[in-house]
Amino acid sequence: MTNYFVPATLACYAASLGFYVRYLYAPKRAIGHAATFALAGGLILHYFALLVRSRAIHGIPYDDLTGSLSLFAWLLAATYLGLELVHRQKTVGAFVLPVVLALFACAHAFATPGTAAPPARGPLFAFHVTLNILAYAAFALSFVASLIYLIENRMLRDRRLGPVGWRFPPLEALERLSRSSVGVGLVSLGIGASLGFVWAHRLLGRWWNGDWKVFVTLLIFAAYATYLLLSRTGTWRGARASLVCVGNFVFVIFSYSIVNLYLSRFHRFF
Amino acid sequence: MELVLIGLSHRTATVELRERVAFSVEQARLAAHELRERGILEETLVLSTCNRSELYGVPPEDMPDSAAAMESFLASFHKMRPDELGGSIYRHRDLEVVRHLYRVAAGLDSMLLGEAEILGQVREAYKVAFDHGATGPVLNRMFQGALEVGKRVRAETEIGTRPVSVAFAGVKLAERIFGSLKNHNALILGAGDTGELVVGHLRDRGIGKLRVSNRSAERGRDLAGRFAAEAVAWEDLAQALAWPDMVVSSVASSEPILTRALIERAMEARGNRALLLIDLGVPRNVDPSVAGLYNVYLYNIDDLQEIVEQNKKARAAEIPRAEALVDEHVAKFLTWQAGVSTTAVLAGLRQRLAAEREAFLAERAAEFAHLPEADRARVAKMLDEFLDRVLLDPVEKLRGERELRRKLQNLEALRDLFHLDTGKP
Repeated sequence: MTNYFVPATLACYAASLGFYVRYLYAPKRAIGHAATFALAGGLILHYFALLVRSRAIHGIPYDDLTGSLSLFAWLLAATYLGLELVHRQKTVGAFVLPVVLALFACAHAFATPGTAAPPARGPLFAFHVTLNILAYAAFALSFVASLIYLIENRMLRDRRLGPVGWRFPPLEALERLSRSSVGVGLVSLGIGASLGFVWAHRLLGRWWNGDWKVFVTLLIFAAYATYLLLSRTGTWRGARASLVCVGNFVFVIFSYSIVNLYLSRFHRFF
Repeated sequence: MELVLIGLSHRTATVELRERVAFSVEQARLAAHELRERGILEETLVLSTCNRSELYGVPPEDMPDSAAAMESFLASFHKMRPDELGGSIYRHRDLEVVRHLYRVAAGLDSMLLGEAEILGQVREAYKVAFDHGATGPVLNRMFQGALEVGKRVRAETEIGTRPVSVAFAGVKLAERIFGSLKNHNALILGAGDTGELVVGHLRDRGIGKLRVSNRSAERGRDLAGRFAAEAVAWEDLAQALAWPDMVVSSVASSEPILTRALIERAMEARGNRALLLIDLGVPRNVDPSVAGLYNVYLYNIDDLQEIVEQNKKARAAEIPRAEALVDEHVAKFLTWQAGVSTTAVLAGLRQRLAAEREAFLAERAAEFAHLPEADRARVAKMLDEFLDRVLLDPVEKLRGERELRRKLQNLEALRDLFHLDTGKP
């Protein structure tokens, strides 16, 4: 079945990216609103695109690369939109939307036919996976914010803002955005991982299954919790904490790729 | 429909001369009123800023040298001899008036390329003239176009985005670090001219709190009063440094006031929150090694000057894009003007042909004398229909002409050939 929501979503995200980039050059209220509305429109269409796929596979689409990446992109966009509304900081959109677009485009460029969900899965499992992907999306957002922070901080300290430096978001806004998204990520990862333990206990009769994915997930949780603590201390606040945040994302990529593909026995959700 | 502009600006006149020919709002109203009362202009607008005084107008058809009359008026209004204005006055006509105004509104003719204030000043001048009934359809259209091009140039180019003054560059840097300054504080040490400008910009950007410290307690209190800030004793400087997010220093001192040790202690006391130091002092007030401290951003006057120079170059690089927008809007005005002219020329042509028809029938009246009244009326009607048929094709072609230059040429040809007195576009 042709999923017409996919090109429509792509168009909305592309329009939103265009408006966000325009907003960087000319921060007018109308342009900012247009960017946000286009993103919201993209999110709604993306939801329906996921829904179509969900109906095809009778489950939440995270069992293959297409579904998983698409869900990741949707949650990243949703997290960003939420944090944009909280922080009223639209300039980061120009840096986040390319990631959303790239993930969404990759997901659908390499689209695979939807497969039926394996048995013995239910709402608990769905929440477990979805919340974990939400956590990854939030960490991706904090990665983008921290990376921009480091680049802009270097420019400011070298006193060479150049043509792009004047368009970056303020350092404090980036710091706040990064912390907030890590907060969202930690909560989702905490709940998502706990649900995973519960589900494993129901299925296997034991809480701990010694899977690589579990080790790495706990490592990620510890790494980001450490970042959150450090970022509020005098010694680490600012560039050092941002560096930690950027470094932490390596674990996320490792978990999402190498661990899922080659190391984990129970977690192969793309 | 002629357009005339006379004026002087920072490019042609000294500040002394500009001061003498400046108009207050009330004077601008009065001048516009007098220009129309004396029959020099039918529509008029006075644009007066610190860098320019300009009279825009649409003169009556029968005014032979409107620009000279306006120049003479300008001199007499300001109680000056015409020769005092002499070489400082520039004159523009028709399309050049439109182009000049659009460039002014875009900030392309400003002393500080791309400055934003001029657009507000053009808007205000237009509002004053409009409210006073001094403008008409031509100036209304032209000034609305100017406001539009001014907005577009600022929205679509970067001609006005980056700071091009040392003081404003300092404040914009603070916004790069802290974002909105409403919840942040600044400490001002000493007060040079640039320091005062920085304070002005900080106030404009809504800085949370300001404190001032000076070696002389009396001068410190004086500055605090002037800046609506809180005074801090010079002796308490070490403790005071724990409080602000930004320090602007312009103290006359041969030795650095803010040493590395002092800032290190301050950073410890403030939990390493980011601190922006703007050192406007020469010799420098802040030890250069402070730049190496974590979360400290140090900019001295040379750094700011370099930023300003880079930004000026960046603004200059935007000139072609801004000029292209100006050209686009000048062409729009020209199209509108040609549309208005087409209607006027065609109306004039019909009027002229109707008059010719009347004259023709009057000349031949004797030949139709034997015809009853109804038949004579029928002949007259047939002549009307014939003229309409003859005109139908050329009129449609003229209205539908897409190429503006050709359209204007055709209109000019019609005016010349039929001696139409409709005013030139």
